[in-house]
Amino acid sequence: MTPKISLTGVGKTFPVRGGGEFTALSGIDLDVAEGEFLVVVGPSGCGKSTLLDLIGGLTRPTTGRIAIDGAEVTGPALDRAVVFQQYALFPWRTALRNVEFGLEAKGLRRRERAEIARDHLDLVGLSGFEDRYPHELSGGMKQRVAIARSLAYDPGVLLMDEPFAALDAQTRDSLQDELLGIWAKTGKTVVFITHGIDEAVYLGGRVAVLTSRPGRVKEVADIDLGSRDAREDVRSSPEFAAHRHRVWSLLKDEVQTAQRLTVPAPRKEAIHLG
Amino acid sequence: MAKYALRLIVLAYLAVLLIVPVGLIGWRTFEDGFGAFADALTTHSALHAFKVTLIVAGWAVVLNTLFGVLAALLLVRHRFPGKRLLSALIDLPLAVSPVVVGLALILVYGTFTPVGGWLEGRGIQIIFSTPGMVLATVFVCLPLVVRAIVPVLEELGDEQEQAARTLGAGGWQTFRRITLPGIRAALGYGIVLSLARALGEYGAVAVVSGRTVDQTQTLTLFVEERFENFDVHASYAAALALAAIAVVSLLATRLLRPKDGT
Ligand SMILES: Nc1ncnc2c1ncn2[C@@H]1O[C@H](COP(=O)(O)OP(=O)(O)O)[C@@H](O)[C@H]1O
Ligand SMILES: [Mg+2]
Repeated sequence: MTPKISLTGVGKTFPVRGGGEFTALSGIDLDVAEGEFLVVVGPSGCGKSTLLDLIGGLTRPTTGRIAIDGAEVTGPALDRAVVFQQYALFPWRTALRNVEFGLEAKGLRRRERAEIARDHLDLVGLSGFEDRYPHELSGGMKQRVAIARSLAYDPGVLLMDEPFAALDAQTRDSLQDELLGIWAKTGKTVVFITHGIDEAVYLGGRVAVLTSRPGRVKEVADIDLGSRDAREDVRSSPEFAAHRHRVWSLLKDEVQTAQRLTVPAPRKEAIHLG
Repeated sequence: MAKYALRLIVLAYLAVLLIVPVGLIGWRTFEDGFGAFADALTTHSALHAFKVTLIVAGWAVVLNTLFGVLAALLLVRHRFPGKRLLSALIDLPLAVSPVVVGLALILVYGTFTPVGGWLEGRGIQIIFSTPGMVLATVFVCLPLVVRAIVPVLEELGDEQEQAARTLGAGGWQTFRRITLPGIRAALGYGIVLSLARALGEYGAVAVVSGRTVDQTQTLTLFVEERFENFDVHASYAAALALAAIAVVSLLATRLLRPKDGT
């Protein structure tokens, strides 16, 4: 069976001001199966966002090939959705109209759009907030709107770039659970980027650990935490601790290397992280 | 005490520079009643000057808006060699005297130059006609739209545009539905500023127009020409009309300006 997403030998270099090149990603081989929840974890600046932009079709790889269902990615398309860390909502549109945006591009009729958008706001627990503008919503609610907007046009693949990094710990925990619920309900293929080990182990069916400078896949760890619907606290189980330690060990050296290297000018988006 | 002194100084300064001169023009204009004012502005030459001003300013604003948006997008959203040079070039009209601009245009498009001669052979006259005046006005207004929207585009960032692209919007759709609403207020501000500048432009237009009464005479040129010919009344009336248009544009910019607390 062809994988849902396949990356073969993918590399990305950026031109550096004053000549020369900067290799952000190199030789990435990665397959994601249909319906899988894959988490990519790596130190800050190792190329995670770049990787997601490539799969999303927002940039083109310098080398290698990226395919969705066997067809090469040549640009953004409605078979994939991207959820950004800073929500990227449209401020002059209400929550409902934000969710409708992708449906407009699909050419759906107004009534139908509103209905689908309402359903998806309901899915992320935001019924009753349809007419709020983004500035009237909390960070967690904004990200819920963004998730609803991404799911509304029914893409097969959901790409998420540190979507919960800007949220407080409690909001993050509850959104993680909701995301797992939505994933179980919709069966989407999810690629989830994070720099948090706990988040990676909690969410991922598999966790791909990236090296830094250039970003490569160091190892892909299988995570098995058993059934989630048991009431117990998964995060304090011994299995969780074991997986956590494994990923932590894989990451430790990378974080140190990343810190030792001088940091080139960060992207705008990275500055928001503070 | 110091507070009042400061107010007094500022008020006196404004009075000397602005309030007294404009007030006097107003007073002189309406000295003989409103009828005389209306008559002075509805002579054939005055009406023609109005028309020329509107045509020239209209074209200049349209061209400047299109170019300004494109240039701002290029400067903010793209990386290319020579970007800083382009940015500096756009500010050039702020530094160069409009008279120099006019002369430069004559050097390029005048009848006895290669370009001007070639165009004239095809029946297109630039200098001493409307196209030249539009060119001159576009040049002096060049930075206004660009500089109004560049900071807003930078502040907006490209995240929303990227999001729109992932949601199936093409380049034009993204511009129309995401970028344009984001810069609308700043764009409006830039357009009104350009309009005010275009209506009031004198130096560059004076050089390239040839100042032919009833042909290439704009309202500012009309003010000056009437004054020179001792028809001060028409001159004042037209000047007041120009000032009124400027004030209305300024009020419009206040309304369009993004809320900044002032
Ligand atoms: N458009 C770009 N131009 C130049 N360098 C870039 C660009 N985008 C990212 N980079 C560089 O590539 C590296 C990886 O960036 P990114 O993918 O944002 O990392 P992460 O998301 O893992 O923090 C960083 O060092 C960054 O400075
Ligand atoms: Mg990132």
